[in-house]
Amino acid sequence: MHPKAIDWIIMGTYFAFVLGIGAALRRSMRTSTDFFLSGRSMPAWIAGLAFISANLGAQEVIGMAASGAKYGMATSQFYWVGAIPAMVFLGVFMMPFYYGSRARSVPEYLRLRFDEKTRGLNAITFAVMTVFSSGISLYALALLLRLLLGWDFNASITLSALVVLVYIFLGGLTSAIYNEVLQFFLIVFGFAPLVLIGLKDVGGWHGLVAGLHAVARSQGFEPRAWLSTWGVMGSPRDNPMGVDWFSMAMGLGFVLSFGYWCTDFLVVQRALAADSMDSARRTPLIAAVPKMFFPFLVILPGMIAIAATVHGGASGLALPRKADGQLNYDMVVPLMLGKYFPNGMLGLGLTALMASFMTGMAGNVTAFNTVWTYDIYQAYIRRQASDEHYLTVGRLATVAGIALSVAAAYVTNRFSNIMDLLQLLFAFVNAPLFATFLLGMFWKRASGHGAFAGLLAGTAAAAVHHGLTLPVGRTPGIKGGWIAVMHLYPSQMAQNFWTAIYAFAVCLLVTVAVSLATRPRPEQELVGLVYSLTPRERTNERRWYRRPALLGACVLAAAVALNVMFW
Amino acid sequence: MGLDIRIPIGALFSLLGGLLAAYGLAGGPALARRSLGINIDLWWGLVLAVFGAAMLLLAWRAGGRH
Repeated sequence: MHPKAIDWIIMGTYFAFVLGIGAALRRSMRTSTDFFLSGRSMPAWIAGLAFISANLGAQEVIGMAASGAKYGMATSQFYWVGAIPAMVFLGVFMMPFYYGSRARSVPEYLRLRFDEKTRGLNAITFAVMTVFSSGISLYALALLLRLLLGWDFNASITLSALVVLVYIFLGGLTSAIYNEVLQFFLIVFGFAPLVLIGLKDVGGWHGLVAGLHAVARSQGFEPRAWLSTWGVMGSPRDNPMGVDWFSMAMGLGFVLSFGYWCTDFLVVQRALAADSMDSARRTPLIAAVPKMFFPFLVILPGMIAIAATVHGGASGLALPRKADGQLNYDMVVPLMLGKYFPNGMLGLGLTALMASFMTGMAGNVTAFNTVWTYDIYQAYIRRQASDEHYLTVGRLATVAGIALSVAAAYVTNRFSNIMDLLQLLFAFVNAPLFATFLLGMFWKRASGHGAFAGLLAGTAAAAVHHGLTLPVGRTPGIKGGWIAVMHLYPSQMAQNFWTAIYAFAVCLLVTVAVSLATRPRPEQELVGLVYSLTPRERTNERRWYRRPALLGACVLAAAVALNVMFW
Repeated sequence: MGLDIRIPIGALFSLLGGLLAAYGLAGGPALARRSLGINIDLWWGLVLAVFGAAMLLLAWRAGGRH
């Protein structure tokens, strides 16, 4: 890849705008609510695009393209099954409690609904996780810049951490949200031409289909395996993911997706920044519309690359192989950028990638500084202080969060297996979360002791399940089976889905059992926090497309249509 | 919130679109070899510029209402 002056000018222009936005917002950060929740003043469309963009980090972009090459169309299940239904549920059913309770964070909702220890557990694990995720973003960016442009690892980390630091320090969540909106458009405009040129390369849609048939046959699957979703999930042997329809629907579609989209403060924070209840509810629904079509932007490049590699294309694009002879799927995006984009467009594509790394990091940092300030500092360290004091603490937490991310990036660089271990632990902690929120919001009898016990039991269940099972062909250790190997899964993905299913079920059962054995909170304390005790949220909107329930139904119908079209 | 986000988005994409289109126009067919004969800098630059201008127009109209 050989960037020229024009590419540097494009990247430089983008960085100037990013810093400029932070500087322009500096004066409007007067209270802690301005800094942590954008003063609850965001219109629904801005919050919605930020909601989707906060999740669209560069690992996602590169990883989804890699999965598109490895698994084909079935990867879009992560969007049409693993995201849209949960986003609709969040907007229609859960947002009235998050936004309506005036909780300033997800852990704070747990404090209001359950008790202090449940909040503490969630706040502390979340804070640790966000710092490490942001460190991984930083590390991945530095690796990519070294690979593509030959940049020095230390210089890349310092530069990107400084840019993120400056714009969040100055403009808080608003700055993060504005840059996420900017990144949304950069990704769309930076990647769409990649798909268009790629399709031309492999001979249009028909050429792609023929190529993917060849890919499937070459790996011993039926021809449609790379083009189909549910149609090849009758048995784990029929699809390259090695999963069946039940674990896909329950594990990914229910437990994992609702657990992430409905409880992760990183995304929920964007909706809490909305200017009204109606806007907050529309935030995930508006986000669901582009989300539905992202597979064509981020997964299709991988499908094009594998079709070109196996079946041949006009340009001779072919994925490189790793040392062990396996195709290097992670190279899809960098390879296509370098192959198809002339100087100029190359600058735009690189800018889009860098923007998504930085917003991925910024999203974690803004969630971290809020949870740290409101749920840890204000809860346990200094309870009664002026708002100004908490604003200062938030700014300092931003600096600390970024310093810790940089440290995490270096840890990842030195000890990559520590990082794998941490991510595994986070998966155990996250797996049962949705059961706690579901019972909390829809069952008034659920008690604080029940929620706390359920979370611990669910996490333990995830760990035990992982310790007792192993994907086929792996050795016991970090991939599972570290207690004893009692069951073999056809793939790691199937194992992940079932770990989540067990964690959810155990958390649900233990929460119910312990709740029934302990004293519930008086009903008058739960008004606004539990479905059956809260007056239904009535929308004041007349226009149909602004009414959350109707908009949600339309979004779901469209997702179903996509599932059927690519059955 | 002090700043209409459509203004920086509109300005950034108009600027990037203009730069790309000009570069594409100056580069000619030689530049288009990689992108399989399509002068993507020129055409996509125009798309970006139109999008940027539309954003600025929306911001300007919203500003006029207050």
